[in-house]
Amino acid sequence: MADERILLSHGAGGLKTRKLIREVFQKNLGNAYLQQELDAALIKFSTNKIALTTDSFVVSPIIFPGGDIGKLAVCGTVNDLAVMGAKPLYLTLGIIIEEGMPFEVLEKVVCSLGNTAREAGVQIVAGDTKVVEHGACDKIFINTSGIGFVPPNIDLRPSKMLPGDKIIVSGSVGNHGIAILAAREGLNFTPPLSSDCTYLNYLIDRVLNLSSGIKCMRDPTRGGLATTLNELAQQAGLGIKLYEEAVPIDPQVRRACSMLGLDPLYLANEGKVIIIVSAKDASRVLEEIRKFDIGKNANIIGEVTDAHPSKVVMETELGTLRVLRMLEGEPLPRIC
Amino acid sequence: MLGLKLSKEKLKPLLKEISIDRNIRIMEVCGTHTMAIAKSGIKQLLPPNFRLLSGPGCPVCVTAQEDIERILLLAEKPNVIITTFGDMLRVPGSNGSLQEKQAQGADIRIVYSPLDAVAIARHNREKEVVFIAVGFETTAPTVAVALETARKENLENFSIVCLHKLVIPVLRTLLEDQTTEIDGFLLPGHVSTIICTTPYEFIAEEFQKACVVSGFEAVDILESLWLISRQLKTGRFKVENQYQRGVKKEGNKVAMEAINRFFEPTGSLWRGIGEIENSGLKLRPEFSCFDAFLKFDLKDVQVKLAPSGCICGKILRGISKPEDCGLFGKVCTPLSPVGPCMVSSEGACAASFYYAGGDIIGR
Repeated sequence: MADERILLSHGAGGLKTRKLIREVFQKNLGNAYLQQELDAALIKFSTNKIALTTDSFVVSPIIFPGGDIGKLAVCGTVNDLAVMGAKPLYLTLGIIIEEGMPFEVLEKVVCSLGNTAREAGVQIVAGDTKVVEHGACDKIFINTSGIGFVPPNIDLRPSKMLPGDKIIVSGSVGNHGIAILAAREGLNFTPPLSSDCTYLNYLIDRVLNLSSGIKCMRDPTRGGLATTLNELAQQAGLGIKLYEEAVPIDPQVRRACSMLGLDPLYLANEGKVIIIVSAKDASRVLEEIRKFDIGKNANIIGEVTDAHPSKVVMETELGTLRVLRMLEGEPLPRIC
Repeated sequence: MLGLKLSKEKLKPLLKEISIDRNIRIMEVCGTHTMAIAKSGIKQLLPPNFRLLSGPGCPVCVTAQEDIERILLLAEKPNVIITTFGDMLRVPGSNGSLQEKQAQGADIRIVYSPLDAVAIARHNREKEVVFIAVGFETTAPTVAVALETARKENLENFSIVCLHKLVIPVLRTLLEDQTTEIDGFLLPGHVSTIICTTPYEFIAEEFQKACVVSGFEAVDILESLWLISRQLKTGRFKVENQYQRGVKKEGNKVAMEAINRFFEPTGSLWRGIGEIENSGLKLRPEFSCFDAFLKFDLKDVQVKLAPSGCICGKILRGISKPEDCGLFGKVCTPLSPVGPCMVSSEGACAASFYYAGGDIIGR
């Protein structure tokens, strides 16, 4: 233990990341908020709740098809607030820049930060800039923290999940992870692979207004759909049954994944939300999501069950069953 | 041919025809097949007396521990950049893995093609760039192209650890081994695109075993198993080619020429199986300047191997299943692997671990 070192897989979003969070961060910083392991902390102020979250972005390359580190830094934090049912309001911005960075590139990133914030309806209200010597960071690292207001009637938690609830994903999975990998390694696919990086707060807001049957939501970033569903199953103490045929995957993502030996169910998404909703409201919610351009490929991909507690099991296209585990740590670093 | 989409309705009669009235053991030789079989859950569909065994077709898994240790020694040398396919990164040696060496400061880079390694050599002339060349007849031609590029550009700082293996000699070894009971082979589609189907003929003629060259979709594999069961039932054994969209009669002559230009067959050490005559490729003498182990004088370095309890050898020969290993899923997981079969995305143990079927949930 004493000579153990941090490996890249400690940041991959899977089991190793969780172990690191529990054994180093929770151990030293733990409190009731952190222990809930949610996307944003919900803090009670008199009768109102605010949501607070923070996220760092070290993606490489900093500009990629479908987005850049600036857009990602806004969307990532906005989405973490939105999936907790919060209306995202204010962001802080911490930037660490490597000396020698061309002004033009920085300007492009900051412009993208501004545009995305405006589109998402949030304001960046505080910031900090540091410049470090060449080699001390790679081009640019960003941290954003965000604060949002949770309407009094909204209470989203995995513990509200019940057997029979439906699982909706708002669109195709794996796009971000594979797009970053392709951009970084110079793998050219036709048509090109593009990240799904986007803010989800308007879509989520509409869904919450439509249905009181929403139990909880997650954005499946690092570790992908499979890992996020495992977290939900474990936190709810219930099983999740998934239907392979129903999971939307873009054909070009599927092809690239099969070439590279990757599984799209374990690749990061930056513009997708998983929604657990009562069976009664599921089709209505799905219909509403599909009205959004970013939700047009949404689908009901499975359901909550008490048959296999804390496990995610997928029925394959052949009708066989496959247990989906959490990501164990794979060599795909710096995707966000 | 069934086409690439198989409905559940079409599946039923096909499965009925696959069933046979005695115990059958079929080996899938290729790691990609192992993964596809695990992922699609094909084993759940087959009758209990129709068993599929993983074979020695995962490049990382068959790499001898001695060679792994030498690679790790190489990674510790100053001014060396190790370039490798990602699968190799977490393979454990007696003193850590490449991933751990990387965390300690070694320059180790994942590449997706040997040409990427050449590009790294081009941009880092002051460093020695070593590509870890593992793989079968499918990978060797791409390494030959990389060597040709490095030769043309006079990249004296580029070399390879040449650990290529050949499929045919290991199949013969398995067939001659009395302890392995194999009734037929699901033959590797990708390798066959290069070497064509002729070299497998001895399996049917000399050893009277069923064999079908198969594609990699679940449907391909099911159709190939159906063809195999037909051979078993009629007792007429021959190499059938299910993967006609990939494998041409004459193979890939250009690729074979590229292999033969740079490499020649040599005895090779297989993890858990041992030395097999003419089962590997080494650089021809005129290209030995590209041999990293020669360059760094690691060829004859004696490495100490600690017994790990890993039963990879038995698994690679189809004698044991991953679940038979006492370490499987307990001491040995993808997070802390004991052997390469748990590391590689084509490894039998990783396939069983990641893609466990419904049996573990007690349906």
